[in-house]
Amino acid sequence: MSLQPDKKLDIKKLLKGLEKYRPRRRGWTWRAPGGSQFGPFTYEQCSEPLKAGQALASAPAFGGIDPQSDCVITTEIASGRFEDDIRRMRMAAWHGADHIMVIRTLGQSHFDGLIEGTPEGVGGVPITRKQLRATRKALDLIEDEVGRPVNFHSYVSGVAGPEIAVLFAEEGVNGAHQDPQYNVLYRNVNMLRSYVDAAEAKGIMAWAGMLQIDGAHNANATASEAWRIAPELLVQHAVNSLFSVKVGMRKDLIALSTVPPTAPPAPKLRLDLPYAVALRDLFEGYRFRAQQNTRYATADEPQTDALHFLDTLISRLTSADLQSTITCDEARHVPWHVNNVRAVDTAKETLVGLDGLKELVKLDRSGPLGAAAREITERAVLFLEEMVEAGGYFKAVEAGFFVDSGLYPERAGDGIRRELAGGVGAGTVVRREPEYLAPVCAHFGENHLPADVPGEKPCSLIGGCTLCDPGKIVYIDELDPEDNAARRLAAVGRPSSIMPEAEWARDGLVSVSMFFPEPEETARAAALALAERMNLSDAAVVHSAVMHPAEGTLVEVKGRVTRGLSRSALKFEAKPELLPPEQITAFTRSKGLKAVAGTLGNDEHSAGLREIIDIKHGGLEKFGFACRNLGTSVPPGKLVDAAVEFGAQVLLASTIVSHGEVHRANLSKLAELCVEKGVRDRLLLVGGGPQVTDDFARECGLDAGFGRGTKGLDVASLIVRRLREAR
Amino acid sequence: MSNTTFDARRKKLAGLSDAELRERFWQLAEQVVDPLVELARTHTTPSIERSVLLRGGLSSVEAGRVVAGAVERGLLGLGAGGLVLRLAKKRGVSFVEAGRMLAAGQGWEEVGS
Repeated sequence: MSLQPDKKLDIKKLLKGLEKYRPRRRGWTWRAPGGSQFGPFTYEQCSEPLKAGQALASAPAFGGIDPQSDCVITTEIASGRFEDDIRRMRMAAWHGADHIMVIRTLGQSHFDGLIEGTPEGVGGVPITRKQLRATRKALDLIEDEVGRPVNFHSYVSGVAGPEIAVLFAEEGVNGAHQDPQYNVLYRNVNMLRSYVDAAEAKGIMAWAGMLQIDGAHNANATASEAWRIAPELLVQHAVNSLFSVKVGMRKDLIALSTVPPTAPPAPKLRLDLPYAVALRDLFEGYRFRAQQNTRYATADEPQTDALHFLDTLISRLTSADLQSTITCDEARHVPWHVNNVRAVDTAKETLVGLDGLKELVKLDRSGPLGAAAREITERAVLFLEEMVEAGGYFKAVEAGFFVDSGLYPERAGDGIRRELAGGVGAGTVVRREPEYLAPVCAHFGENHLPADVPGEKPCSLIGGCTLCDPGKIVYIDELDPEDNAARRLAAVGRPSSIMPEAEWARDGLVSVSMFFPEPEETARAAALALAERMNLSDAAVVHSAVMHPAEGTLVEVKGRVTRGLSRSALKFEAKPELLPPEQITAFTRSKGLKAVAGTLGNDEHSAGLREIIDIKHGGLEKFGFACRNLGTSVPPGKLVDAAVEFGAQVLLASTIVSHGEVHRANLSKLAELCVEKGVRDRLLLVGGGPQVTDDFARECGLDAGFGRGTKGLDVASLIVRRLREAR
Repeated sequence: MSNTTFDARRKKLAGLSDAELRERFWQLAEQVVDPLVELARTHTTPSIERSVLLRGGLSSVEAGRVVAGAVERGLLGLGAGGLVLRLAKKRGVSFVEAGRMLAAGQGWEEVGS
C-alpha cells in the first residue's frame, strides 16, 4: 500500500492485515539539519525539505519554496474517531507537522488496564493496540508521501502507565507524555501508585528510545493567574526530569513542556521571556517542547493567532526543540480539521520568518531580563527548601503547595491538595518480597533473578519477551461487536454526494461569518435567525465581537447542513486550454501581434498586469508580442486611442479596485467606446483582475476575462486561439 | 504574605553566583526525588505486574485476570511474572500456557509461597 497525492487514504484497506503489521522503527526522530538554501535565500535554522507538501500561502510569490524549520512541529489531534484522525494527520503532515500527538478519550486515565478495539471516544480516542497499529501504519505511509519521518505520540499516564508504555514500545509510538505529577494533581491518581508506576513506565520508554514530554504546562492552564506560578513550574520540571534521569532516561530524550504563561494585554514578553530564559539556563542538556498558550486564548481567532505568534517568537528568542501548536478554534469547540492545519502553517510561517533571529538580536541579560530570571530561580530554590523542610514531596502535596496562584513564597491558599492514602488506585501499591521476580526486559527496580540469568536479559528465563521477540505480541482486534470502526465506516458508506465536514466524515458542519450593523445582543439573535433561514441545523454562535456598541457586531455561527450536494449538478469554472509555447510564438511572430495594456480608472495597482506582460515573468513579451503598457490610472478612452495608434490587435485592461462596482463600470465603458469609435471588430478585449471572471468580462462586453493567479501563458493561449478562430 | 518574606528569605541566596544558585536548586531537587526513586525501586503495582505479563506474551485480558487473582490472594509482592514462571516450571509448560491457566483460575494453589 502506498499513497498518491490525488487519491484519498483508503481506511478500509488500511485496516486489513493489521494483525501482522510491524512498525518500521522505534524511538524518536529529530529533523535532519540541512537545506540552508531555498530559492534565492539562505537560512540558518532550517532542515531538509519535504518531498511533497503544501507551501505557505505566500509561497507562489517566491517561486513556491517551502523551507522547513529546524524544530519539530507538533499538532494535537482529538476528533474522537481514529479513522477520521488519520485523514487529519495526513493533511497536517502535508503542511509541515512531523509530531502527531493523539489525545486520549475522557476517562482513560482512570481505566485500570488496557482498552482493546476501536470504540468511539469523547474529546479524544481510546488508545488501544488496534488504534495505535492502524495509526502507525498510516503514518508510515504518510511519511513516505511527504518524505520525512513523522513522530507518533500519546500519553503514558493514569493508572495503567506501565502497560501503556509496553504497548507504545511494541507498536512503534515515538514519544509520550509521562509525568506522575500530572496524575496526582489533575487526575487524582494516588501519589504512591503514580510514582511507582512512573518508574516502570519511564524505564520502558527509555528502552524504546521514546521522547518524554512532561506535564508541568498544565499548571499554566489551571492556575487562575498563570504568570504567578513560574517558580513552581521550575520545581515541577525538576521533579519529573530528575526522577526520569534516575530511573534510566537520557537527558536528551526528556523534553520540558513549557508555555509562555501570559497574553496581551499583559506585557507578555517582559513577563514571559525571563521565565523562558531561567528555565533554559537551569535545565541545560534537556530538550524543550515549546507549547502555545491556551489559558488566554479566546474564541477570537485573530487574537489567538497573534498570541501564538508571540509564543513562537519567544521560542526563537530562546530555544525550542519542538514547537507545539494549538488550534485557533480551541476555545470554540473541538478543533476542526482545518484549524489543526492552520495552526501548523502559523507556526511554520513564524519559525521560518524568524530564521536566524539570534544572529540579529541578542538578549540583554544585564538589564531587567537577567534580574527577573535570577529572581524566578531564587523563588524556585526557596520553594524546594520549603518542600524539604515540610518532609518531602508527598507532604508538600498534602499541604497544597502546588498550583497555588500566589507568587511564591506568597501563597494564595488555592493550591491542589491530595492525600497520600487517597485518590484513584489508593491501597494498590505492594512491597516487593525477597523472592520478587519479573522475568522480562526493561523492568525497573528490585528483581531477584536467579544467579545464572544475565541482568541485561532477564527474559532468557521465559524464552524471550515481546520487546526482544515481537512475534510474541498478542493482537486483539475488537471486543465490542457494535462500537467499532468497521461499523462506523459502514454507516458512512461510500456516498456519491458531497458533504462538508469539520470533525468527522460527513458531519455537515460549516461556519458562517457575518457582520450586522446592530448591537451585540441583536446581532447574535439575528445571526441565529439567519442560520435557520440558511437551513443550518444545530446552529450556535461560536464567537461575536463588538466593532462598536452601536455601529455593529461580527458574529460567527456554526451549524450543520443535512443534505449532500450532487456531483452531477456542480458547475465548474472553465479552464483555459493551453497551447504549446512554441506554437504561440510562431503564430505571434507570423502575425506581428501587438498588445496595449493598462490599469483602468483611478487605480494605482500595476503588479498583476506586469506579471501578464513582462518577459521576465513569462508574460506576453516572451511569446513575441510587442507590448505597450500605459501603466496605472488610465482612462478607458485613452487606452482605446492608444490601441488604435499602436495598431494593436489586443487590448488588455486591468481592474483591481472593485468598490461600488467601479470595475464593472470601467470595463463596460471600454467596450462601449470601442463600439463608438468603430474599432470593436479589430480589437480583442481582455479584462483581468482579482474580482474578474470570464463570465463577468463578457457581461461587460469584453471577449474574455481572467482572475487571480493567471499566467502569461493563459492569456497568450486564449489570444492565439481566438485570433485563429477569427480567420 | 508579601514580598517582605521573599526579601528576607532570599538574603541567604544573595551571595551565590548564578552557577551556585543552579547547583543549590539541583541539590534540593535531589533531596526531594531520591526517596521517590527508592519507593519505586522496592514496590510494585497491579499495572506494573500486568505490564510484565504483557511482555511475557499474554494478552491484556489474560494479564488482567492473572493480576486480579494475585491481588485477591495477596501474592502480588512475589511478582505476577514470578508466579506464572513457578507454575510453568511445576507443570512443565510454557510461560504463556501457565499464564492462561492462572487466568482461567487454575493452579493457584501451586504458586503461593
